[in-house]
Amino acid sequence: MSELLLRPKGSIDIMIEAEVINPDIFAGKTLSEIEQLIVWQGAKQLPLSGFFDVEGSAGSTAADTKIIIKGDVTRVKHIGHGMKAGEIVIEGSSGMHVGSEMIGGSILVKGDAGSWAGMEMKGGTLHITGNAGDHVGCAYRGSWRGMNGGKILIDGNARSQLGGGMNGGEIHVGGSVENFAGIRMNSGLIVVKGDAIRGVGAQMSGGIFVVSGRIKQLSPGFEYAGTEQNPKAGGTVLSGEFMKFTGDYAISKTPKGTLFASKNEGV
Amino acid sequence: MPGTMVIINGYVFDPLNEIDGEIKDIFIKDGKIVEDLTGSGLRDAKVIDAHGKTVMPGGVDSHSHVAGAKVNGGRMMCPEDRYKWSTKKTELTHSGSGNTVHSVYVQGYDYAKMGYTTVFEAAIPPMEARHTHEEMRSTPILDMGGYLVLGNNWFIMRYLKEGNIEKAAAYTAWMMRTHKAYGIKCVNPAGVENWGWGKNVSSLDEPNIHFGITPREVIRGLAEINEMLGMPMSLHLHANNLGHPGCWETTRDSLDVTRDVKVECNMDVEWQKTKIDPKRTQSVYLAHAQFNSFGGTSWGDFESGAKGIVDYVNKSDHVVIDNGAVPFGPATVMTGDGPAIHHLYKLTGNKWSNKDIELECGSGILSFNYLKANPVHSVEWAIGLELLLLVNDPWKTILTTDHPNGGPFTKYPQVITWLMSKKARAATFAECHKWAQDRSSLGGTDREMTLYEIAILTRANPARTVGIAHRKGHLGAGADGDVTIYDFDPSKLDVNDYTKITRGFQNAAYTIKDGGIVAANGEILSVPQGRTYFTEPHKDDAIEKEMLKDVQKWFKYYTIGFANYPVPDKYIRNSAPVQVNKPLEAVVRR
Repeated sequence: MSELLLRPKGSIDIMIEAEVINPDIFAGKTLSEIEQLIVWQGAKQLPLSGFFDVEGSAGSTAADTKIIIKGDVTRVKHIGHGMKAGEIVIEGSSGMHVGSEMIGGSILVKGDAGSWAGMEMKGGTLHITGNAGDHVGCAYRGSWRGMNGGKILIDGNARSQLGGGMNGGEIHVGGSVENFAGIRMNSGLIVVKGDAIRGVGAQMSGGIFVVSGRIKQLSPGFEYAGTEQNPKAGGTVLSGEFMKFTGDYAISKTPKGTLFASKNEGV
Repeated sequence: MPGTMVIINGYVFDPLNEIDGEIKDIFIKDGKIVEDLTGSGLRDAKVIDAHGKTVMPGGVDSHSHVAGAKVNGGRMMCPEDRYKWSTKKTELTHSGSGNTVHSVYVQGYDYAKMGYTTVFEAAIPPMEARHTHEEMRSTPILDMGGYLVLGNNWFIMRYLKEGNIEKAAAYTAWMMRTHKAYGIKCVNPAGVENWGWGKNVSSLDEPNIHFGITPREVIRGLAEINEMLGMPMSLHLHANNLGHPGCWETTRDSLDVTRDVKVECNMDVEWQKTKIDPKRTQSVYLAHAQFNSFGGTSWGDFESGAKGIVDYVNKSDHVVIDNGAVPFGPATVMTGDGPAIHHLYKLTGNKWSNKDIELECGSGILSFNYLKANPVHSVEWAIGLELLLLVNDPWKTILTTDHPNGGPFTKYPQVITWLMSKKARAATFAECHKWAQDRSSLGGTDREMTLYEIAILTRANPARTVGIAHRKGHLGAGADGDVTIYDFDPSKLDVNDYTKITRGFQNAAYTIKDGGIVAANGEILSVPQGRTYFTEPHKDDAIEKEMLKDVQKWFKYYTIGFANYPVPDKYIRNSAPVQVNKPLEAVVRR
């Protein structure tokens, strides 16, 4: 696999829109062609080389291309947007929209990610070793067609509206989430190892949501459906005793959403 | 003003002049079509060689929702309709966005790229007329105008119920002038008023709340007013029960209400000599007939009701319909028919908005997606095409998608392709739900429309129906220099190779407006300001005075002051008023 290194040149003032940082776009290009790729900064269009030193070489195909970003890119948006194949490793924290609408390949963020990570993702893997912002794997404003495939792993915490409108795929959060995780989800799996504040699975009509920690305030439209020991959630076996709920009855009369909450931690 | 132009060697399709694919040169001088050019005019003319290409008059859209409060409501409600569809600015053009509801700039550019030069906004609520004009004047290139929604207007309902049609006509005339509107639109007559109480009307003879007037009385009254004044367009009707299974019967009966209303155009314009009479012959123009041609009695036994409408239209000479095709895919449903949209909201649960326009009308907006896998949507696709293919006389039909209700206007090329190619229809039958085949008669028709017929449906007939064929919709001397050149050779056209048809109609080789090239091969080349058409009808002064007393008395029910009601002249760009029922001395006095 050919490796291509991007080193941030310094601090970035207005955030840049860099959906060109994508193995599909880099593949088959020379270094100078990659340097000349255009990113938007506000109303200006500038070459990628204005913000990054570029080294190494891209593969002939996306699948053969690995992009390594050496440093903090919290002011760079849309890294890996819509990528179909290949690999991106960010050795630092990433900005908003990392892996938005991605279809395949993998992204590893060795740090935190801004909001909208994996927005409307369709496939591939997005791994964030630190914390993530709001709207991870969520539908964008105005739409309820969220993530429908692929896998998002967050080792730390995520904030609100994780997996909103989720239609498929998996999200695993090692830490805790805040409000309205899994809102409007109708398929797929979300596992939160830590706690959730409120609105978990609000308006969900299908899919499975697991909270191994404590749900501070359970949504009112869920019905208790018994206790299960080491239940199976999709392909994942959960360890411990879980309370099972069905919902959300607030919207649908026949919802097929399942919410597992830890028996020990309670709701 | 551009100079002179000659379009040579093209195959010309100009139905109002009965020119069907003849190789013919078109001459333009000072923005108008002329018989011929001589001397320096010819020598200095810009020459466009249309060899092997199709030449038609500029496209005319007689029913499209492109300006005003509900269109903007659709924009605001649907950020998801924008962020994936953005257009960069260029040195010439403005940036913009939108897939089903575009920003005003994109609308103008996209219509022009497709070969359209004239577009009429289908519904102006009087109180929202200012907003509508703000958007029309901001839309580049296109000539525009809009229809005033009057079917549930308190003054109209009151006067008609009192049997005082003279006052109702005076009110209508005053309203047209006040709001600088072009024609009369009637949406779910008497029913939208009931929606204020959470109700609707379900038949033509059901009196509504308080006013006690029936849909039949409103339709009849407005049609008579229309002809009493001599408006350019006939009454434009959005019939009752829209969107309900079995509504086709109400639609057929509604059309019959104006059967014996005598058509009378009394406009002060210069009519050009065309082979076919450019004056309208219809007393009712039915909007988006597809939504009003539902058969069955429930969603379970839902089927096409197009046959009932088609049979009626085929034997009637007082009706024109536009189809309101459903080309599948995302749409934004918006109409003055609040209860119809609420019904859709209950069915789908999609995001919905509703508005009451005080003493005048209402509206509803809903985000929608037509799916090939959905049985009802598939039948709707079939109905939209049946209505055009099964009506024998193309001069009774117009092609629309009721933009953005059935789908965006950018899908017209796809609709044209289905009309022209049986193979294209078969391909879609294979992809969509079998109800389309089983519950409509579309599969049974072999008709493949010719380019001549498409020219009737997309320019000549919309122009004639709305009463603007004195300057639009044909290529005879005196017409506006609006010409579209499509890049396909009619002598070699193979309708089985149907993707070529779609591509050809998507981006015109040239779109010429008032003698200047505005677009070529999908690129905007110049951005002139279009005109705004509106009518200035006149009625007896004494009656108008009496009527105005009534209006001022009831104006206490409005949330705005009477002085702020009219649309000021400064809201209009390139004002193009049409005098209607003009008494000489009255005009001098004004």
